[in-house]
Amino acid sequence: MLHFRITKRQEPLGAGGSCLVLLSALFLSLLLSGFLLFLRGTPPVDGLLTLFQGAFGTKWAIEDSILKAIPIFLCSLGVAVAFRLQIWNIGAEGQFALGAIGATWIALTFPDWPKAALLPAMIVAATVAGGAWGMIPAILRQRFKTNEIIVTLMMNYIAILFLQYLVYGIWKDPTSFGFPMTPEFSENAIVGKIGTTSINWGLAHCLVLGILVWGFFKYTRLGFELKACGDNVRAARYAGLPYDRLVVLVMVLSGALAGWAGFLEASATVNRLQPSIIVGYGYTAIVVAWLARLHPLSIGIASFLLAGLRVGVENLQLDLQVPAAFGGIIEGLILLTVLAGGLFTHYRIVRGKT
Amino acid sequence: MEIAIIIPLLAAAVQSGTPILYATLGEIFTEKSGVLNLGVEGAMIIGALAGFIVSRYTGSPALGFLMAGFAGALATSIHGVVCLWFRGNQVVSGLALTILGAGLANYLGTSYVGISAPGFKTMAVPLLSSIPVLGPIFFNQDILVYISYFIPPAMYIFFTSSRFGLGLRAAGEYPAAATAAGLNVAAYRWFGIMVGGFFMGLGGAYLSLAYTHLWTTNLTGGRGWIAVALVIFAFWRPGRAVLGAYLFGGIMALQLRLQALGTQLPSSILLMLPYALTVFVLVISSWRKKTSEEPAALGVNLEPVD
Repeated sequence: MLHFRITKRQEPLGAGGSCLVLLSALFLSLLLSGFLLFLRGTPPVDGLLTLFQGAFGTKWAIEDSILKAIPIFLCSLGVAVAFRLQIWNIGAEGQFALGAIGATWIALTFPDWPKAALLPAMIVAATVAGGAWGMIPAILRQRFKTNEIIVTLMMNYIAILFLQYLVYGIWKDPTSFGFPMTPEFSENAIVGKIGTTSINWGLAHCLVLGILVWGFFKYTRLGFELKACGDNVRAARYAGLPYDRLVVLVMVLSGALAGWAGFLEASATVNRLQPSIIVGYGYTAIVVAWLARLHPLSIGIASFLLAGLRVGVENLQLDLQVPAAFGGIIEGLILLTVLAGGLFTHYRIVRGKT
Repeated sequence: MEIAIIIPLLAAAVQSGTPILYATLGEIFTEKSGVLNLGVEGAMIIGALAGFIVSRYTGSPALGFLMAGFAGALATSIHGVVCLWFRGNQVVSGLALTILGAGLANYLGTSYVGISAPGFKTMAVPLLSSIPVLGPIFFNQDILVYISYFIPPAMYIFFTSSRFGLGLRAAGEYPAAATAAGLNVAAYRWFGIMVGGFFMGLGGAYLSLAYTHLWTTNLTGGRGWIAVALVIFAFWRPGRAVLGAYLFGGIMALQLRLQALGTQLPSSILLMLPYALTVFVLVISSWRKKTSEEPAALGVNLEPVD
């Protein structure tokens, strides 16, 4: 029988090695996904090619991938800010929903405001709502030491049900033939598209916010403190850093970013509030943040790839009748294999008995 | 309220609480060994589908129930590979298992949506079911509920009186000391993960084979996460898990009754109740600072040494 043991590396794995591990993890995920296609009687190679073709094969597909990458990027940026401090914010999904609700409230209440006032007001409402939704678990954690993973997750369910309550009830469009949706936003409440593309200006928001978050961690004192806390909580406490207050701060920031994504989705993508905007971007954001090791630029790339996966799976569904849940399987597999591959950063596996 | 309304409601509470009870007991088992598995929801839904499919093709719900347990253990073994072999972060691995499990169950289960399978039916226990009040609540259920009555005391005895159970707890409390004492900590943790996954799978199968006899997408609806919260509420004690599970079963049963009675409250608000209650219960139990009962090494991977 073969025996293996784990030994520590003298130095952490270099960039080339890390890339190789990442690529192997992705390859293994695709191999397993292909096997699942085979189980259902779909030719695996054709299936995966259809997926890539659908995601990145045409101009329209790439635009659609970018469009979906926008909310994923913002949610993931928020999730990453919290993860930096080792706060597990699993609540991006709910904070996203609250952001969409906040923005919709302004859009429906003041439809006649000029665009230059209405859009900023919607952003403020969305970030405040998302931020407040993120703040609740932080305060509960600070006061009662509750586990933020479970609280943020439960608050996702509550937020989505609240959104449903609104669109099935008081905000329902009377002319929607019974469909659960609000009336369409006025022209001034809609974030427009860039030139002749189908991509909206939300992409520019992502760029600016991404640079701001990156600069915040790199150049500000507070950002530095946050990083220090995340690296070693106990040491940071001894150094007199207000850990609990920083937890509240990052959760508000985290929720606000997800809320911003909710605003863009309601305003730019569907031009109204409807339950179909909740498609699990908040959970994909967690996968993205972890794949990108919390770095904003890598989050951008990973968002685009996983958004592409979603678009590709839609294509797979149309062409080969593969259920949409296939996308979740690939996401889960990628996360698991990359996580396992993390071992090789500091350790190596050698043959031989211990 | 009259007794004629309350007793059926409490009986329904026990029934709705049973899948959560199985899952909570499973997570307690895993956490006692020092492994945090947040993939309960994923293991449950895989168990639910496996149980459903086996029962549908063999006509035997009992076999389906058993196989659901093995499917749950198979699902959580992924967590074992990532965390015990590859030392991956336990929180992230659990989340990934949830995503993967939901994806797999919905992917493999698409063609079964809305289809029924043979399931378990109510079977009154002779004599016991005629005890006033308690009889109709506890002894006029299906056999899976009766099985669940035996697990908490068995777990209690296992953890407090058996050598193996004490070893498992040592793996969760003082892995370094346990290793020094010659125990194979990794093996105990594997055992904790697999047995825990087995129970989670059973909890899922309760939903597809007893609670309903139908397959629907997202059948588990967050019950796995409620179970994770209940472990904290229960202070890692199997007995208190029973209390917590029936409390949640009660709120779910109540919410269904209220919907059926046609209250003024919209259904989406009623549906929030269990989730809001989870947050509330978590606040109360964390506030009482009993979290010191948490296994000391929970969520911490073993250092791979030469």
